Amino acid sequence: MHSFTEQLLNGLTLGSIYALVALGYTLVYGILLMINFAHSEIFMLGAFAGCGTLVALSALPWPLSVGAAFLMGMLACALVAVAMEKVAYAPLRRAPRLAPLISAIGVSIVLQNSVFLWRNDFLAFPTVFPPTQINIGPVTLSLIQIVILGSSLVLMGGLWLFITFTRLGQAMRACSQDREAAELVGIPVNRIISLTFFIGAMLGGAAGILYSLYYGSIKYNMGFLPGMKAFTAAVLGGIGNVPGAMAGGLLLGVSEAMGAAFLPEAEWKDVLAFAILILVLILRPRGLFGERTSEKI
Amino acid sequence: MLEVNNLSVSYGKITALHGVSLRVGRGEIVTLIGANGAGKSTFLKAISGLLAPSEGEIYFEGKRINGLPGHAITKRGLVQIPEGRRIFPLLTVEENLMMGAFFRRDRGGITEDKRLVYESFPLLHERRKQLGGTLSGGEQQMLALGRALMSRPKLLALDEPSMGLAPIVAQQVLRIIQKINREGVTILLVEQNARAALGIAQRGYVMETGSVVMHDQAKNLLANDKVKQSYLGIQETLLT
Repeated sequence: MHSFTEQLLNGLTLGSIYALVALGYTLVYGILLMINFAHSEIFMLGAFAGCGTLVALSALPWPLSVGAAFLMGMLACALVAVAMEKVAYAPLRRAPRLAPLISAIGVSIVLQNSVFLWRNDFLAFPTVFPPTQINIGPVTLSLIQIVILGSSLVLMGGLWLFITFTRLGQAMRACSQDREAAELVGIPVNRIISLTFFIGAMLGGAAGILYSLYYGSIKYNMGFLPGMKAFTAAVLGGIGNVPGAMAGGLLLGVSEAMGAAFLPEAEWKDVLAFAILILVLILRPRGLFGERTSEKI
Repeated sequence: MLEVNNLSVSYGKITALHGVSLRVGRGEIVTLIGANGAGKSTFLKAISGLLAPSEGEIYFEGKRINGLPGHAITKRGLVQIPEGRRIFPLLTVEENLMMGAFFRRDRGGITEDKRLVYESFPLLHERRKQLGGTLSGGEQQMLALGRALMSRPKLLALDEPSMGLAPIVAQQVLRIIQKINREGVTILLVEQNARAALGIAQRGYVMETGSVVMHDQAKNLLANDKVKQSYLGIQETLLT
């Protein structure tokens, strides 16, 4: 049951969700040098928006309703994130670095409590996927795992293509390397910052939906733990570093799955995640892939 | 082309510029000289929109530009190469150049300008796939110039372009700046190497502790005793 390969796959499934969320932390940090603590609430909002869409469209066949849920969830998150940046972070651009950090915690509290006022208990996330098990050689995968792994791969690949080859993606990298120089060469830095929040939140929102599809229920504070873990993953990979966030997420997911299977108590897996965070901060504060210090996006 | 009236800039309670007025005519090379900390870089940052002036006006081609964000000023043709060149170290040479054309939409013109830049700086073409950060100081200055040219500047403001370069390379950079000027780009040159700057400029302004204390034809400034003593002194002693 807890065979090594299966745990590895479970870990990669969870890890790819962490990686998607970690990318949002890392993209924003790359440009603003700020940890967007409200990002875990974006994850939660994605789950709620996705849930709402699925319930509303439950009459449709699942590929359609799930597709619509992703579209709605990602778009809603992106818009909320862009608005939150304009309202809570942009006015603090020239303030000391602690100010936007505290503002982010404020946004997090506001978003979480807005949902709390509406629903303070667990909500069942619609079960859309048939519980099909698929055997690939000796390995058994559920359909939902394949969906999670596949869509994370597509999203991460898309992000990589975007920042590597498109004009806007290159401008994002330019801004993360030198914001002032970017403004001087004619890049509208504030718009690039909005774009960064937009993209990071799209990934975070998609992650929220994938996570809820996997675990089957949602709640106003559901973002906290995965958010902290994704943040750990971003630090693990070297915060500000895009491939680092992807690798850090997968690594954290796998170590957590292994921890749950092989540690004396499954609950120790959370301890493991944060022990990793502390160890990285002590031993290698730049993260595993952070040696090229100025590579931030 | 550029007219700055009574410009003041403060950092918190410290005033870095006190009522600076300066004019650059179309086609000129104008230099701004002065000691370290005299306010030259602050002045350039203010006209490029990176710092908000507390007082005064900046007109570029007859239109007021203070208050505009930096990227909008670049788009209008006032392009600055900042101190230290500030190329993007982890973008390739070609990506760096393309960032200079970020706001442009004329694909044909961009391709043509890129070809011209590579023609003027064959070395950049050779290294186009290399990361900007791997270039030497002189090569980075060429890249910064190329990147600025990709923005089709009408006025190019340069902050200490020869800083940190070997004398021969610095000479070469100044010659390139003259060539760019001959091709129709107005130049505002900030330099610590006053002799070299006044050598290629038509007019010069001298700044001291945030104010313009002198402005004149470059050749008059080169002959001026006070300028000689304060800014050309080192070279003078070296010559005797």
